[in-house]
Order: sequence, then C-alpha cells, then structure tokens
Amino acid sequence: MSTEITASRYRSWDLPLIEKLQGFLSREVASAKAARLVKSIVVSFGALGIFLFLWSVLAAQVETSLGVLPGPAKVWEQGVVLLDEHKAEREKEVAFFERQEKRNAEKLARNPDAKVKIRPYTGKATFLDQILTSLLTVITGFLIASLIAIPIGIVIGMNETLYAAFNPIIQLFKPVSPLAWLPIVTMVVSAVYVSTDPMFAKAFITSAITVTLCCLWPTIINTAVGVSSVDKDLINVSRVLRLPWITQTMKIVLPSSIPMMFTGLRLSLGIGWMVLIAAEMLAQNPGLGKFIWDEFQNGSSNSLARIMVAVLVIGFIGFLLDRGMLMLQRKFSWDKSAALR
Amino acid sequence: MNTQAHLELTKVSIDFPTNDGPFRALDNVTLKIDKGEFISLIGHSGCGKSTVLNIVAGLHRATEGGVILNGKEVIEPGPERAVVFQNHSLLPWLSAYENIELGVKQVFKGKKSKAEMREWINHNLDLVHMTHARDKRPDEISGGMKQRVGIARALAMQPEVLLMDEPFGALDALTRAHLQDSLMEIHAALGNTVIMITHDVDEAVLLSDRIVMMTNGPAASIGEILHIELERPRERLVLADDQQYNHYRSEVLKFLYERQKRPGEDSETTGAARSGDSDTVTKSTASENPPEMTELRVVSG
Repeated sequence: MSTEITASRYRSWDLPLIEKLQGFLSREVASAKAARLVKSIVVSFGALGIFLFLWSVLAAQVETSLGVLPGPAKVWEQGVVLLDEHKAEREKEVAFFERQEKRNAEKLARNPDAKVKIRPYTGKATFLDQILTSLLTVITGFLIASLIAIPIGIVIGMNETLYAAFNPIIQLFKPVSPLAWLPIVTMVVSAVYVSTDPMFAKAFITSAITVTLCCLWPTIINTAVGVSSVDKDLINVSRVLRLPWITQTMKIVLPSSIPMMFTGLRLSLGIGWMVLIAAEMLAQNPGLGKFIWDEFQNGSSNSLARIMVAVLVIGFIGFLLDRGMLMLQRKFSWDKSAALR
Repeated sequence: MNTQAHLELTKVSIDFPTNDGPFRALDNVTLKIDKGEFISLIGHSGCGKSTVLNIVAGLHRATEGGVILNGKEVIEPGPERAVVFQNHSLLPWLSAYENIELGVKQVFKGKKSKAEMREWINHNLDLVHMTHARDKRPDEISGGMKQRVGIARALAMQPEVLLMDEPFGALDALTRAHLQDSLMEIHAALGNTVIMITHDVDEAVLLSDRIVMMTNGPAASIGEILHIELERPRERLVLADDQQYNHYRSEVLKFLYERQKRPGEDSETTGAARSGDSDTVTKSTASENPPEMTELRVVSG
C-alpha cells in the first residue's frame, strides 16, 4: 500500500488522467487486464468473422424454391427494411390520428352538439410490435409460473411427505412438450375466459399459460432440491438456537437455496422463450412465431432473409433474458463470487 | 463430586437404524460432570465421541439411558447447551456480527434492549479478539477467525454447557495454539462447563480437568478417565518440559495406541475374524476394559 502511494507521488508530473487511472489500478494489473480484454475481443470478433464468412459462402450454394439461401448481407438489408416498415407504419398511425382529430374538430366547429367518434388505428402489426408482444407474453407466463413454482418448491423441499406426494406428478408432466398442452389450453381459455370487454386478448392468455406450463417444472424441482439440500450443520445451528420455523426459513433455508432457485428460474425462462415461439407459430397467436409463419406462407423472395432476421433477434432476446436473470441472481444472492455463467 | 451432579449422563446407549437392523454405536456411557469442569473426549475416529456430544446437545436422542442437566432431562436442543461445530457452521450470507446477532436475538428476546444486545454482541466479539472483523462475512476471513466467531456465537448464548466438536481440528498448528490459549482465558473468566472432542493429545492435556478416553466402536463406551491435576493458569511453554505433563501425555498415548488400537490396525491383525464377525474386535476390547468405567487417577507429586 505504502509503496503504491510513493509511486504515484513519484509520477506526479504524469498526465493527470493516467495518474487517476493509476489510483485505481497498479500498472501491472492494468496492462494484464488490457491484454486479456484485447485477447477476448480479438477471439470473439475473429470467430464471428469466420462464422459470417462461412455463412455467406455456404448459403450461396443452396438453391431453394424461394431463391438462393440469403447470406449475411441480404439478412442485414432485410433487417433495415423491417425497421423502415415499422417507422412507416408509425407515421401512418400518427397521420391517421391527426386526420381524425382534424375531422372531429371541424365537425364540432360546425355543430357543437355533434357526436364525435374516436376510432382506434388498425394497421398491421410490424416486426417490432411482434417482438414486444412475444416479450410481454413470455414475461407474463414466466412470472405466473414463478409465483406458483417457488412456493411449491420451498414447501415440498422442506417436507418429505409432500415431496413424495408431488414427485410422481412432477415427473409425469415434466417431459410433456408444452405444445401438447396447447389445444387443451386453447379450449379451456375459450370456455372459461368469457368477457364482453376482455382486458387481455384470448391469444395472449393462451400463449402465456402455455409458457407457464413449461416454466413450472425446472423451478419447482430446482427450488425443492436447493431447499432440501441445506447444510445439515446449519439446520443444527437453528435447532440449538430453537429458531422459530419462519426465522429458520427466512434466515437459513431461503438464502442457501437461492443459487439453485435461480438455476431453475433461468432454465425455465430459456425453455419458456423457445416454447413461446413454437406456440405462436402453431396457434397463429400474435408474436415472433406468427411473424415467421406468415413470412413462410408469404413465400416472397425476401421471406427467407426476413425469417433469418427473426431467428437472430430471437436468439439475441433469449441471451438478454438470461443475462437479466443473472443480474437478478447477483443482486439477490449473497455469494457474489460464485461463477455465474 | 456432588450428590447432585451439574450434568449427568446415565447409562447412555444409542442404536442407529440400518438396513441390517439396529447398529449400536454407544453402549452404557455414564459420566458425571461438575459445574465449570473442562472435559475432553478423546478416542479413535468412529468411536462415537460426536454421538455423545450430540446426545448432550439434544440433537440425538439416546435409545437407552439419558442426560440430566441441573436436574432436568435433556430432550431437545437448546441454547443453554451451545455447540461449536467442527466446520464453524457460520451462515455464509451473514457478517460475523449478524451471525452472533441471530442467536442473541433469539436467546435474549424480551430480556435485553436493543442497545444491550448490541453491547453484548460486541463484548463477545471482543472476547475472541474479533472486533476488527465484525462486519466481515465468513468467506472474507481465515479459518481460525471463523472458528473464533463460532465460539463467540456459542458464548453469546450464555450457555451453561459449551459443547465443542473438534473445534480446532481443521486449523494449522500455530492458529490452533492461539485459539487454545484464548479458550483457556475465556474458560478462566466465564467458568462455563465445557465438553470438547479432540484428536490432539497435547490439546486434551493442556486444556482439560479430566480426559475421557473412549473405546473403539461399535458399542463404544468410556474406557478410562484421566484426571489432569495441573495448576491453572497453564502455560504451554512451561509445561512442555514438565514431568507431570509429559506423564499425562504418555498415559493418553498408551491408552490410544496400546490398549485401543485403531480400527484399521485391528482389521489388519484380525482381518479374517473381522470380516466374518465384527464382534471379535469388540469382545477383545471389552475384556480389557470392564463395562463399568475405570477411573485412572494419577497422583501428582
């Protein structure tokens, strides 16, 4: 410590910015860090470059009924087109409302008692709208699943009898593809969710429940395992202290099962996102899945490139969702040093 | 010894259920302990020392016999019999202070004000010389420091009996010596009754008033009890050359390595017999040590 202080004093004639940096990092650490950073950047970009190169070369070899399989350049071009289409649609919407307002104002000017109608805009959903719908659906389904699964996981993790009771049910339903549930969920939602002025669209509810059904199991299982594998010595500490049940749960059981719980949550969210896209394709519910299916049915020369844009966006959003969960885990877990991947 | 002992183990036996029927781990352990006494339990691995401690703690129930503390039978764990666990067992997500606080809040709920509790926690941290690390989490401090906090947590419950399960077993020799000195200081100041499990002969002789030497399992019991009549306070450097001290040491060593061979060594010598019938081993030790406990008193001077 003292050597560092003298060192920084010695270099006081240096540029102030550099000196500031040295306050944070000694020179060796900084250079080692920089070297690692450069290396990781070179490696990632190198790999990405090779991937793009192979893609463009190999895709050009594949002739489909919709033309040559698009390479990166074509996909990028369509990505820009999709953005432009979104902007155009928004401008149309603004113009629509302006026209409507103007019309209504004129109407009122002529006759103050006239009834004015305000009509909603019914343009077609753009790519960005579909992304938003899918995101909202997956998050809703995931939150419902977590609210159900975490308490169940905690309870069956603490009670062996309940665990034995729940286990066969979990084991039976866990391997079922949620898409198999889709027809049942659709029918049940149409039968049960009857309202003249629905707050949510039926399609939204159906998709969200399908996501919920597949998000339940990993969270239940991992939470139960986390809760039941609390260090026996820590439980003994609690017994010696005669901690009440609720204190033991809050102070000992929950903190020690949080890492496992988050493993379950991350698995759930990942599966939920994958399943949602498939469910949207199958059920023609609004979202990215529907976008892909529509493009496929459309069969224009740009369709494949547009589908590839969607594929990349789906992957990127999945990545962001997982990172988000990791950040939450870092926030909630006591063990900040644990390797989080 | 008083007629009414402070802590009394009477004919304690315990069976653990296994697939081949019950397994008798402890058989007929009888021991009377006075208030303020420092007892060490020593014996080879697997001889049931920890089981004895867990029964006194109330974490296990004896199959036969029982434990009485101050005239009351022990039927469940409780803070008046605080345990210092071998691997410290601190909650990793709480700081040293918070770990102690968890116990203090539970034990002194309604008896101490918040300020008094804070005072008491700080006092106990000070007792084990850990005030400087009060806000550190267990993964930020060394093994010896963790064990100190574990001891402070136990002491902060103001226990009548302090149960220590190989508290210094995982520490290096220097740290262990430091902690032994601290423990002697604390014991002299507070006068708690202490039962400590150890593998370390020097540690047992240095710290204890009596050393309880246990026979090998299965059906382990008390082999001999050695009274250590050395003046307190004891200084390890002075004692290193002390004849009496070395005599006690060799008594314990003789018990452990002549009369009670390690289970592993037994199986080498009587391998065939052991694999067929494990009773042979028990019988041979039982014949040397009568079922009633024999007290071996070494007269000093």
